[in-house]
Amino acid sequence: MIELSRVSKVYPGGVTALDDVSLEIRRGEMVAIAGPSGSGKSTMLNTIGTLDRPTSGTVRVDGHDVATLSDNRLSALRGTGIGFVFQQFHLAANVPALENVADGLLYSGLPRAERRRRARAALERVGLAHRMDHEPHELSGGERQRVAIARAVAGDPPLLLADEPTGALDSASGAGVMELLRELHASGTTVLIITHDPEIAGRLPRQVRMRDGRIVADHAGAA
Amino acid sequence: MAGREEVTPRRAPGPPQAGRDLTPPRLRPRDVLRVGAVGLRTRPLRAFLSALGIAIGIAAMIGVLGISSSSGAELDRQLSALGTNLLTVSSGQTLSGEEAKMPVEAEAMIERIGPVLSVSSVGQVQDAKVYRSEEIPEARTGGISAYAARLDLLDSVGATLRAGTWLNAATHAYPAVVLGSATAERLGVGAVGPDTQVLVGGRRFTVVGVLEPVALAVELDTAALVGWPVAEERLGFDGHPTVLYTRVDERHMDAVRDVLAGTGNPEAPNEVDVSRPSDALAAKQATDQAFTGLLLGVGAVALIVGGVGVANTMVISVLERRGEIGLRRSLGATRGQIRTQFLAESLLLSAIGGVGGVCVGAAVTVGYAAYEEWPSVIPAEATVGGLAATLVIGAVAGLYPAIRAARLSPTEALASP
Repeated sequence: MIELSRVSKVYPGGVTALDDVSLEIRRGEMVAIAGPSGSGKSTMLNTIGTLDRPTSGTVRVDGHDVATLSDNRLSALRGTGIGFVFQQFHLAANVPALENVADGLLYSGLPRAERRRRARAALERVGLAHRMDHEPHELSGGERQRVAIARAVAGDPPLLLADEPTGALDSASGAGVMELLRELHASGTTVLIITHDPEIAGRLPRQVRMRDGRIVADHAGAA
Repeated sequence: MAGREEVTPRRAPGPPQAGRDLTPPRLRPRDVLRVGAVGLRTRPLRAFLSALGIAIGIAAMIGVLGISSSSGAELDRQLSALGTNLLTVSSGQTLSGEEAKMPVEAEAMIERIGPVLSVSSVGQVQDAKVYRSEEIPEARTGGISAYAARLDLLDSVGATLRAGTWLNAATHAYPAVVLGSATAERLGVGAVGPDTQVLVGGRRFTVVGVLEPVALAVELDTAALVGWPVAEERLGFDGHPTVLYTRVDERHMDAVRDVLAGTGNPEAPNEVDVSRPSDALAAKQATDQAFTGLLLGVGAVALIVGGVGVANTMVISVLERRGEIGLRRSLGATRGQIRTQFLAESLLLSAIGGVGGVCVGAAVTVGYAAYEEWPSVIPAEATVGGLAATLVIGAVAGLYPAIRAARLSPTEALASP
């Protein structure tokens, strides 16, 4: 599913965020990428999510060598192959949950009625059937993140990338969101979670620990 | 937009889905509109204000053009109603600067010119001042002149009565007077009737009629018109015409014009002024047109300022919505689609302003024309041109912000709050 081989990312100014990283994640895995801030895990997620290109090395996502794809094709790859979940949710204010989720399918080429139908299904899947017409400010933090997850999975992408999905939530809401991600994994989606929280990482089947742009540990967890 | 090169043949390490088609689908036009309206819906006040800038510019231009076209249409209407074939022959001054007099026979002589259709005349009654009553101090003449008028005067100059009747074969020998529109106003004469009398040359005259303003003979507006015989008998009128109004066959206007002075006053053709009043009206219109050009320039400047406002709004919008841009890129939006979104927003903004401005400008035109009792004309080319100009302005104003939005790297956009 994901194959990083000898990937480095050096930012202008000489900061090395990724230093010769190789990593393979197979289809259907659920992986935590853990590490303190500044360890390069966000850069790793951006690289895997094709939002950023590496300085050197090869990144393959879903069989595509990212380096060979034009910006347009990368966009299409993100649109159909990867779902993103962010710490700050990135929901549009004053827009009902259903529209927020349907907007996630805007670039899929589907007609609007079909987008809304799929959005409805996705919201039901994350347990928000009763909140479809609520706007973000009417929802709790946990519910907002569920809306964001619904948006990420509405197009049924094989890969879900979550960047600190529980970072802005209290522990109860966070646990609920993790439970939801585990359910998505159980239904076949490859899930990659970035977290600085060792406790959350420790409950996932596989943990990749990073420090200073390198992978320092990669082992199966307690789950 | 980056080229759409073919995917290079690849080793397929992954499972079957590696063959996924990676051509980004196009946005449907309705979705482009929808996504372009996102900014307008989330910040309606800002959108309204920046559209207002455009609207003011367009409204000013449409209003100026509409009012000037309407007044032009009114002039055309007037001229076609009044006719452009009126030539006025008036006595000027002698070489020594005195008031010249046309011969008494002038009217008859001009009538003999072939293409002259009709001649009528008025003769100023010197020293006959006009007052409302005997109580008015002598110095307050109000700028009103008494004229002896021929009975066919109204047809010749295209004048109409506001009230009462014109002089006729019965009244023109008796102390009856018809007042010009301004004269009636200055004397405070409202109603017409046997009881309404004014003082002309020290005698009481009954007001039998009041004229509407006469476009082709403005001197009649400040006149008090009495019959030719009564003027000669009671007011000491010498019978010399002051102004001759001739209707001429349109095809021979120039030829007639050349001979009018000589015919009217063969002894001193230089003491006669010949003019074509419809020319004067048209010339006044042309002067107004120069002013219209100036106002149009002001409107254009307002429009450009409005465009700058839209550009400003768009730049701020892009800065504020970096997070949204990053999100959309992560959802699969291409650079082109982000650029399209912001360009559509800018075009929508200015189009809303343009349509609003056209409506306001048209309303102003219709209102003003109705107030002036003109036919209202809103030139189609101004409307179409105005809307085209707003779209061009919207495109220019939105281009740079849209390109900036599209160039934003997704990670950078997502990192900003």
